[in-house]
Amino acid sequence: MNISEIRSQFPILSQKVHGKPLVFLDSAASAQKPDVVIDSMANMMRSEYANIHRGLHWMSERATEAYEVARSRVASFLGAASREEIVFTRNSTEAINLVAYTYGSLLKPGQVVLISEMEHHANLVPWQMLRDRTGIELRVTPITDDGDLDLDAYGQHLSDGKVALVAITHMSNVLGTITPAERLVAMAHDAGAKILLDGSQAVVHRKTDVQKLGADFYTFTGHKLYGPTGIGVLWARRELLDAMPPFMGGGDMISSVTFEKSVWAPVPAKFEAGTPAIVEAVGLGTAIDWVESIGYEAIGAHEAALTAHALRVLPDVPGLSIVGAPRERGGVISFTMEDVHPHDIATLLDRNGIAVRAGHHCAEPLMHRLGLTATARASFGIYTTEDEIDVLAETLKRIRQFFV
Amino acid sequence: MDGTSCYDTLILARSRKPEFAGIVENATATAQGNNPMCGDRVKLSLRATDKGVAGIRHETRGCAICQASADLMAEAVTGQSVAAALELGRQFTDMLETPSAMDSAVERGNLPAGLLAFQPLRTHRSRLRCATLPWTALGEALA
Repeated sequence: MNISEIRSQFPILSQKVHGKPLVFLDSAASAQKPDVVIDSMANMMRSEYANIHRGLHWMSERATEAYEVARSRVASFLGAASREEIVFTRNSTEAINLVAYTYGSLLKPGQVVLISEMEHHANLVPWQMLRDRTGIELRVTPITDDGDLDLDAYGQHLSDGKVALVAITHMSNVLGTITPAERLVAMAHDAGAKILLDGSQAVVHRKTDVQKLGADFYTFTGHKLYGPTGIGVLWARRELLDAMPPFMGGGDMISSVTFEKSVWAPVPAKFEAGTPAIVEAVGLGTAIDWVESIGYEAIGAHEAALTAHALRVLPDVPGLSIVGAPRERGGVISFTMEDVHPHDIATLLDRNGIAVRAGHHCAEPLMHRLGLTATARASFGIYTTEDEIDVLAETLKRIRQFFV
Repeated sequence: MDGTSCYDTLILARSRKPEFAGIVENATATAQGNNPMCGDRVKLSLRATDKGVAGIRHETRGCAICQASADLMAEAVTGQSVAAALELGRQFTDMLETPSAMDSAVERGNLPAGLLAFQPLRTHRSRLRCATLPWTALGEALA
């Protein structure tokens, strides 16, 4: 993997910010886009754009073809049993809400949805809303102080047989923890529960095979995978999708409509009401091709080297503490600095060209669990270099000197 | 270190060593400002008389800007009438939030040096809320 060649494919990376070369360490919030993705979307709008599944004309057929090819690409990317198991949504948040509204409506009061302490708000709030609508019970399984799931406690939560659905992240956006998905799935299934994995972070860093994982639902979003915003994916087993009622009503999700009643279209159309994000789906398909052309082996090795390097150099910064020490960590590192607030860190890093995220990272309950109000977070992508991590560490040392 | 212009020496000093931290005795009003984006929180307690703000203290959990803003706000409004305190808040917020292009429209007539120290923050749009949060809480406490 030739990093400088890869970097040259990302036009934004040659920008200067406040007169300094951009050091972009915020890919876990949203990744930058390579030329191929930008071009594929622009080309579609220039040369083969129309609404899909409607027109009998040439342009519409071309656009429909491109949109459905993108669905097939996603299906093979996830190792889905069929392309009909891929539902396009706006993002992971919408995918999880879709499951909470539709599969959730099949749950009975007293049944349990089990989430973990390290969920993003996207995998927490929809379940609270479901609880308040329907009277299900929402349980939260704890993490250890190192930031791993506590599997004994997880097993105990499952043991009374009331858990109908587990919804857990495949990789924490705050701690970088990669959760033991196969184990979680097996334990959920042994207890008679279905399981949803939030793969928003995980799919960026490792090959995902939903059939090998044995999961029931899997969600991810395009914009963290070097694709565009506005496009996300829900994968679910066909029989689950068939049993679930529709999410939103409208065009494209019906097979027939009278004033008295409507008959739903088969999946996945049943869940894709209205004109979808056509161009964005095509962009996502291109992003997947691009990621696969580099290959997860190379991506994984690169990110493991970056993470190891960061875990070596960051602790040399006086006063800096890395949050969590999970057994397996992807390229996401949260940290705090004694006597310097994460927002002050982020502001001064920014003024030196370095983009990190600071705050609660849409995981307020996790922050509370960790006894923190906020952290700064550096996250790495395909294009990140060890030199950039060194620039981060050196700048953090100067920030420390400035404030203390 | 580049980019430190928004951290005036007065701001740094007050964030390290606030002079108005704590809880005021015989408080007549309290209020709390929260910034859900970062978890910053300003708790105000103040003692008002018919002459105005007789005493005010803050308990602030937050960044250097927010800490210093709460402290310098407390200094600025102590001894002021309620109307004058609210007017300071209006001018301070206006100074920060008005786009530079419309700078000439901003009145700074009553703003003391301690509040003018925050002017460079105007080019850090994402941090304005850190400075205005204590003033939002003050508005509630005086309402």
